[in-house]
Amino acid sequence: MNALITTSNLNHYYGSFHAVQDLSLELQRGEILGLLGPNGAGKSTSMRIISGNTAPTSGSVQLNGVDLHRQPLQAKASLGYLPEQPPLYRDMTIGEYLDFCAHLHQIPRPKIIATINEAMEKCGLKDMQRRLIGNLSKGYQQRVGIAQAIIHQPDIIILDEPTSGLDPNQIMEIRDLIRELGDEHGVILSTHILPEVQSICSRVMVMNKGRVIFSDSMSNITDSAPSSLLFQLEQTPMVDEISTIPGVATVETLPDGHYRAELKDGLPLSEISEQLVAKGWGLSEFTPERHTLEQVFARLTMDEEG
Amino acid sequence: MLAIALRELRSIFRSPLAWTLLAVVQFILAWIFLVQVEEFIQIQPRLAKLATAPGITDLVATPLLNTASLIIMFLIPLMSMRLFSDEYRSGTFSLLLSAPVSMTAIVLGKYLALIIFLSILLVVTAAMPLSLLLGGTLDLGKLSAGLLGLELALAGFAAIGLFFSSITSRPTVAATGTYGLLLFLWIINMASGSGGHSSALFAWISPISHLQNMFSGLVSSADLAYFLLLSISFLALSIRRLDSRRTQG
Repeated sequence: MNALITTSNLNHYYGSFHAVQDLSLELQRGEILGLLGPNGAGKSTSMRIISGNTAPTSGSVQLNGVDLHRQPLQAKASLGYLPEQPPLYRDMTIGEYLDFCAHLHQIPRPKIIATINEAMEKCGLKDMQRRLIGNLSKGYQQRVGIAQAIIHQPDIIILDEPTSGLDPNQIMEIRDLIRELGDEHGVILSTHILPEVQSICSRVMVMNKGRVIFSDSMSNITDSAPSSLLFQLEQTPMVDEISTIPGVATVETLPDGHYRAELKDGLPLSEISEQLVAKGWGLSEFTPERHTLEQVFARLTMDEEG
Repeated sequence: MLAIALRELRSIFRSPLAWTLLAVVQFILAWIFLVQVEEFIQIQPRLAKLATAPGITDLVATPLLNTASLIIMFLIPLMSMRLFSDEYRSGTFSLLLSAPVSMTAIVLGKYLALIIFLSILLVVTAAMPLSLLLGGTLDLGKLSAGLLGLELALAGFAAIGLFFSSITSRPTVAATGTYGLLLFLWIINMASGSGGHSSALFAWISPISHLQNMFSGLVSSADLAYFLLLSISFLALSIRRLDSRRTQG
């Protein structure tokens, strides 16, 4: 099966500022790709390029196998895009606005009403057809923006910070929606909220200063073996003594009899715990620690800065 | 393209600006129209003695169209300034850019909406001299030539306004630019007073000479070509401008 999005060596300059450097990515159907990075990392620019809003200085984008530069209309037919600022006409009602979007995407006339109703229902906008967009709260405007991006059932959905400005309940709803969309479509989303990526994305890409510095599937990050161990002992043995336990690389002393041990690979946790108990130090707490996305993110972006 | 034009028209008629402009223009033109009719009635006895007297079309309709062309020139920047500037500003332009519509369709859609609005203005203006048909006869050929001229001038000016709107995200800057160019075109033929080759060129560049021909009932392909060229070149410039705007991000 062909990839929904293929970009090769995208570069973009704002004047002399190199905003996106050699971005190459692929997105398959059924994938949700999370784009992470500090402010100004080039996430939005990348999304603008893939959505055809900005022309890259060099490099090419293929949407559904169609070159975006050579055949823009065919390529854009399979694209739904929600920019950072939802593209809403404040002087229209939700119904009129979605009707306009349906026309823009050339949805056949008899299907328009059904399509609008479906999009409104998916985004939690039922029975709000006649509300003026300018009078809606930020959260509802965001929903209309998402409705606009999915109304024509595009294969590719690009969402730039889809949950910004929403309250916690709405965030949950939108996340469910995105997860649902990810089953049949390909989704790229950018966000600042790391747990969000952890909970909905199947793949993560971290950008910093225009470059992709990390790209891996979510399962590789969360399912990896624990990297360290947090435990509490009633007695206070010497650090050197603890280090002699097989499988333990280094040990760090923390307050209140807590210790953190960095692990060497290979040894199962059960064996280490047995060893600790056998030493008779009075083991009272035992928590394996896995790499979280926060740690990965912080390490990557800090390294770059340092 | 039609969807864009319809949306634009809807938004034009939702803003109080459109209605205010319609009302103001209508009021001023009606005033001029009544003054001209009054004057015509006063000099009618003397006209009757002349062998080739100018008719009511020359004395009422033509001056009215003349004034209308000037007034409409002043209001076009106000109507055209928002066309693209507003979309840049509110971020809605990316909706059009990520939809499967070409730049040409976007430009033509917006242009069409503006032309339809201005045509409405033209129709209500034309209704005034046409009302004279109730009690007299008009030179309909001359009147329609004049109206055609006015419509073409509107189309040309609207294209200029559209282009300036596509340049900037600030409506006031767009309006100022449009005013500048329109006024410059209007007065450029002042330089033609001194005679010589360049003066003929200046006179040709100015819309006034072309409009005067049409107001006096003369429809020549040269004048039609002038206005068509004006419209097409500024529409093409707008499309170019939208394309190049993408590379700047």
